Amino acid sequence: MPLPVVAVNAGVVMNTGLAMADPMLRVADLRVEFGARAALIDVTFDLFAGETLGLVGESGSGKSTLARAILRLVPSSKGSVLWRGRDLLQCEQAAMRPLRRDLQIVFQDPLASLNPRMTVGETIAEPLRIFEPGLDARARRSRVAGMLERVGLAADMIGRYPHEFSGGQCQRIGIARAMILGPKLLICDEPVSSLDVSIQGQIVNLLLDLQRDVGTAMLFISHNLAVVRHLSHRILVMYSGRLVEIALRDALFAAPLHPYTRALLAAVPSAPARDGAARRLQTPSMPSPPVGVDPAAPLSAPESGCAFRDRCAYAVAVCGTTVPPLEEVAAGHWVACHRAREFTA
Amino acid sequence: MAPLLSVDDLTVGFSQPNRSISAVRQVSLAVGARECVAIVGESGSGKTQVFMAAMGLLAGNATAQGSVRFEGGEILGASPSQLNGIRGSKLTMIFQDPMTSLTPHLKIGTQLAEVLVCHAGKSWSEARIAARRMLERVRVPDPARRLNQYPHELSGGLRQRVTIGMSLLCEPSLVIADEPTTALDVTVQAQIIDLLRAVREEVGMALVLISHDLGVVAGLADRILVMYAGRIVESADSAELFQHARHPYTAALLKCIPSLSGPRLERLPTLPGQPPQPEDVLEGCAFAPRCPRAAERCRVERPILQDAGDVRRVACHFPLSP
Repeated sequence: MPLPVVAVNAGVVMNTGLAMADPMLRVADLRVEFGARAALIDVTFDLFAGETLGLVGESGSGKSTLARAILRLVPSSKGSVLWRGRDLLQCEQAAMRPLRRDLQIVFQDPLASLNPRMTVGETIAEPLRIFEPGLDARARRSRVAGMLERVGLAADMIGRYPHEFSGGQCQRIGIARAMILGPKLLICDEPVSSLDVSIQGQIVNLLLDLQRDVGTAMLFISHNLAVVRHLSHRILVMYSGRLVEIALRDALFAAPLHPYTRALLAAVPSAPARDGAARRLQTPSMPSPPVGVDPAAPLSAPESGCAFRDRCAYAVAVCGTTVPPLEEVAAGHWVACHRAREFTA
Repeated sequence: MAPLLSVDDLTVGFSQPNRSISAVRQVSLAVGARECVAIVGESGSGKTQVFMAAMGLLAGNATAQGSVRFEGGEILGASPSQLNGIRGSKLTMIFQDPMTSLTPHLKIGTQLAEVLVCHAGKSWSEARIAARRMLERVRVPDPARRLNQYPHELSGGLRQRVTIGMSLLCEPSLVIADEPTTALDVTVQAQIIDLLRAVREEVGMALVLISHDLGVVAGLADRILVMYAGRIVESADSAELFQHARHPYTAALLKCIPSLSGPRLERLPTLPGQPPQPEDVLEGCAFAPRCPRAAERCRVERPILQDAGDVRRVACHFPLSP
């Protein structure tokens, strides 16, 4: 399979002004298997310093597995995760540990990801205890209090326990814990999915502010395309363990090329605009996927052929026999579809 | 004509060891025959508890005051046998998570047929034929095979089709759907919304749609009620609500939904603060601490839900102009 990385770099540098010669994170041919099932297959992409990469796809597509595989929270069976030139997958545990200060993650369920028996102060201080052991208690306490205020919580909440906070507040605490060391990469795994819509915006804006202050690169996983659209520079679309489309944000929303991306966009329900415009984005040529296709099925589907073909209105004979390679069909726009070039024409 | 379901001055509280909380506060609403009404609100706003009361499904430590009448009969305080004469047949419910609302160790066919055996007095063989026909109506492919499968063998979308079918078996006059698409992926969600719309046209039952997502209810509901902190703060015709919300909370909620079209924003619009907790004692308007229009009056005097047009009602001292 051809590696899209180099040309993707060129596209990004040209189009986003992120003038980074080398990617900070380079994931290549990554494969993760759970028993006989492959959860990630040949995943290849780059992430640049300061960049926000949106990762979308439906449940079971492998989004969270990718997040965990990058951080070695699940074992990978193949491929590499180059972090600033060093392959994390080859690191000894001892060598991995100091690198973790720069690699942080915020999880979906804010309450479940906090230790219920630790006060908020202890939770946020723990990374400091581990990575800055020279810090005395007073200095540590003031750093924690400062971080609490930075994420919009009162410093006097430092002695409280997670159950005393709402979901949105717990997510702020999780973000404070992840950001207190000023990481270079923050992976956000559905950080706002369990929050009410009036709270979602607060958390997304907080992440954007922190990113601007610290210069952190972000991999932002979400099934909510509208949220991803507002904060990503580039977007990765995942289906059945593979990346099926990579594009700059505006290109993806203006002209999605993979039939799955189109279906995803067409399916988002939205409140009608004030002028009474259409309730759903219409992409006329893309019918809804057929009823009854089991979303769990693609994972066990044979690796020959395109995993999306049974739901695809454009499927032809070759889709059943050959896995479509991820190819660049326009500058910085990569698609894994045998017919993608017909759609661009 | 009397409405199918009428809720009058309903208050639902829960007593806990150290405290008592109010989930629903003096809610009144009516659902007419064949109507689709959506109840929208954030978690903890009380939207589900209103209809748990209407189904006689409140938790053991709950107390309900007021009145809930279905087809003229009082639900609150009704005996289990009275309730069972209505529930599952005339009045049915679809829950958020189809995996937990189906029994894991019974085949789909058995679960569907059981409804007809228990509520309609059919024989098992008749009921199984009807169950199969129902699966066809809710567009479950290969229904004969599905009847012999267990819930875990079906995808989430198919399971929700099965529960929708189950809710329709006895030709109910009212179906209550509590977040029917929240647990589903967006492409499957779109299919289920389409199915609910089609089924409503075919069957003609009334539908109550409980949701946190204004986008989901937009294409289905005739009328939308917005709840905040246990009370209805605005009710309006669906199209009108989206065109101009009059309650500042509704307006803020609409503004907060990130959109796929329109200009991309550097920052997402937000609603500052958080909703009050159910145990909070609320003086004045519950939304006042987060409201950009709040004045002194809002903090001391609670606004009453008042008529503001044909079908519009708003509980606000300073509503947005129409």
